[in-house]
Amino acid sequence: MTVMTTLAIRQKGLRPGAMVERNYAVHKHGWLVILTGLLESLFYLFSLGVGVGALVKQIELPDGRMVDYAVFVAPAMLASAAMNAAVAETTFNVFGKLKWMKLYDGVLATPMRPRDVAAGEISWALIRGGIYSTAFLVVMAGLGLTETWWSLLALPGSVLVGLAFSGIGLLATTYFRNWPDFDWMMAFIFVMFLFSGSFAPIENYPEPLQWIVHASPLYHGIELLRACTLGELSPWMLVHAAYLVAVAAVCLAFASRRLSRVLYK
Amino acid sequence: MIRTFRAARRERRAAPPGNGRRIRLDSVTPPLYRRRVQDMISARGLIKRYGDHTAVDGIDINVPKGQAFGFLGPNGAGKSTTMRMIGCVSPPTAGELRILGMDAATDGARIRARLGVVPQDDTLDTELNLLENLVIYARYFGIRYKVARERARELLDFVQLSDRAESKVEDLSGGMRRRLTIARSLINEPELVMLDEPTTGLDPQARHLVWERLFRLKQRGVTLVLTTHYMDEAEQLCDRLVVMDGGRIAAEGTPRQLIEAHVTREVVELRFNTEDHGTIAEKLDGTAQRVEVLPDRVLLYTDDGESTVAEVHGRGLQPASVLERRATLEDVFLRLTGRTLVD
Repeated sequence: MTVMTTLAIRQKGLRPGAMVERNYAVHKHGWLVILTGLLESLFYLFSLGVGVGALVKQIELPDGRMVDYAVFVAPAMLASAAMNAAVAETTFNVFGKLKWMKLYDGVLATPMRPRDVAAGEISWALIRGGIYSTAFLVVMAGLGLTETWWSLLALPGSVLVGLAFSGIGLLATTYFRNWPDFDWMMAFIFVMFLFSGSFAPIENYPEPLQWIVHASPLYHGIELLRACTLGELSPWMLVHAAYLVAVAAVCLAFASRRLSRVLYK
Repeated sequence: MIRTFRAARRERRAAPPGNGRRIRLDSVTPPLYRRRVQDMISARGLIKRYGDHTAVDGIDINVPKGQAFGFLGPNGAGKSTTMRMIGCVSPPTAGELRILGMDAATDGARIRARLGVVPQDDTLDTELNLLENLVIYARYFGIRYKVARERARELLDFVQLSDRAESKVEDLSGGMRRRLTIARSLINEPELVMLDEPTTGLDPQARHLVWERLFRLKQRGVTLVLTTHYMDEAEQLCDRLVVMDGGRIAAEGTPRQLIEAHVTREVVELRFNTEDHGTIAEKLDGTAQRVEVLPDRVLLYTDDGESTVAEVHGRGLQPASVLERRATLEDVFLRLTGRTLVD
């Protein structure tokens, strides 16, 4: 009995791993392609941090502390890098495998279940996002945009951002019918990117808009990462983290169920 | 016709030969054990509905171990839906479905672990090469990497694709893709292999290669379940088959039994250079046990082809062509459903 249980648990643990292994096998010959996604965020950092930073110079935080604009904007770009990696992987790539390659139809003929596929794809998205975030943090540190050693906490923080957005992305993908649906999603992501306190403290926004922004997972991600890289630790970080975890949990649960409905016809 | 067949089966069940002995056997043999040994698949009243559309409408199937079992029927008969239900990727709407002694509704993953599946669309991983396709597929089953690689090499050999191991899937011909899919379905050394139209769209040479490989599997004692709308495929490969039409089972038996039960031994095919087959049918009345008029030809069902042909000529009819042949499953299908298989 014990042996059987152990075997069962081991097998369960293996399943999402096989999906990750599959994606690794696809990308192992072309790692550079994956890194192209990182460039976008780095370019934002340079154009805004260096370009706009030259004009704005310093910015006042809500607590009155003055910091360089680049220092303020960098964690937001880190959060958006994590978001982009997660979204790209769980929407474009998963949709391609789901609708065009019919990959999962083959995968589900094995002991793999829809939730294993979901967990596997999200793990892969987190691995990809983790690589982005690490590289981005290294660049930030190199440019002197990290204020303290607490910045290292931004790495697990950005994994949380990736987790929330891979959940959102996967759930959205199960509703997508065709590529035009992606235009709506990209528009949504871009608006969120602009208005989640990325470029200016949201305290400058009108009151009603502030409330909407509070619902944005990216806002919570940015606040969390900014607290890390500025070294402004506070209990609020736990709230931000909890919000991201909650979004991830809810989306993942629904995404698994949706995947079952889409695939078990 | 259908009802008579079912009634006969019911009678056989109600009073099997050696009645007393079988009942004693039942009482000493645990039912679960019996199921495991005897039936790889057992379905009772299996139904699948999509909204208002009933794809599979209450079918009963039993597939014993080691048998090659076929679903014969035209497109849309419910064959693929049935295959998907047996493959545990499509939950039945109603009915009981047991595979390898387990319940399809609750033990899906455990059943799939012991199943090999060749779906209608190959669903190969186009981003991986042939060898990787097999190795990664093995990993979905939780097979250790080393074992996976060994088996992948062996199976590529088995389907004669070893020299293409590093090729991309996209560069393969239809026949090669099919063979790769068959190799993939064997990676977990399954006891039961499900093949949905294994040779549709293949050229004759590729078909024969697939058949030959499937025959080798059968010899090894693997239970095969396949769907087809080619009667020659059904006759070549299947020990027993069901004819499906409109989601129901129209008939069941060995290819020989089906032909004997539903059609005559021989068939005479006549073609006429005239539009009006209707009046010809009248003139042919009585030349054979049954006369079937199709848009392009007339079929005469008879036990003696030669004398039927003589009779046709005796009545002064001048067909453009005359073909005497043995009755096939195609004729069974036509008789049962009033339609040809491939249309």
